[in-house]
Amino acid sequence: MDIVKYLAVSMILFLLGIWGIFLNRKNIIVMLMSIELMLLAVNLNFLIFSVYLDDLVGQVFALIILTVAAAESAIGLALLVVYYRIRGTISVEFINLIQG
Amino acid sequence: MNFLFYLFSSFTLLSGIMVIQSRNPVYSVLFLILVFFNAAGLLVLLNLDFFAMIFLVVYVGAIAVLFLFVVMMLNIKLAEISEKRLRYFPIGGLLGLVFLFEILVIVDNDLIPLLFYENEPRVQDYHAVYFTNWAETIQTTSNIQALGNVLYTYYFVFFLLASLILLVAMLGAIMLTLQKGIRIKRQQVFFQNTREFAKTIRKHS
Repeated sequence: MDIVKYLAVSMILFLLGIWGIFLNRKNIIVMLMSIELMLLAVNLNFLIFSVYLDDLVGQVFALIILTVAAAESAIGLALLVVYYRIRGTISVEFINLIQG
Repeated sequence: MNFLFYLFSSFTLLSGIMVIQSRNPVYSVLFLILVFFNAAGLLVLLNLDFFAMIFLVVYVGAIAVLFLFVVMMLNIKLAEISEKRLRYFPIGGLLGLVFLFEILVIVDNDLIPLLFYENEPRVQDYHAVYFTNWAETIQTTSNIQALGNVLYTYYFVFFLLASLILLVAMLGAIMLTLQKGIRIKRQQVFFQNTREFAKTIRKHS
């Protein structure tokens, strides 16, 4: 098993998640999906190192991260639904109600 | 094995690019599902079969379906998402490439030999000697068995904490989206109990 190739894949996936938040300033659903991509990349990273170092704690950690990812997407989408119900739009550039 | 790795990883990265650059959020969710499938394929190549299946169940079955529900439920006008998407690309691309360079300096010191490990023997050198581990052929445990052995004994606190996190997330999502409007019909226990039985059911002849 070549660890560098697998790590390169997961790192580029993480970078794609960062770019998805950075470049996409309009659509908040795509930003939530980018957060999911970043969590997937981190999870892959833990699993790759768990196999490489032959340590089972990485897989336990990956299971916890999976739980947190599911909870995060549920809460985020519920907030999005509530916001859409109040404002009628989900554009990111209009979310500036509490600027000073 | 090598061919399968390149297939899965290239499909993962290409559909990751398609997730962040496609205009329609429905297409983004579908490409996200493709990313999850290919990541599960990569995990199968790593012999982590339990994690491949749990990725499919949790990510595709729960998260992607949730995203699809929300995308379908809110109507989003596609015109307002279109313009000026490459405004932050130069600084973002520069920062990303710096990040990738730093990671590869740490991880891959064949490609970028800035840090030298001259004295330490490298792990890859030992892989030239192939041998059969005979103990493995007699007694072997699968991935899910080993994980359960560890997770339910040493790390049961984390397991309970994960269940609490899921409970809190479920209660939070329900409390956030619960509408206390007037339009919704609710059950009114008092009126139900005080209703007279003789008046409710009548025989029309």
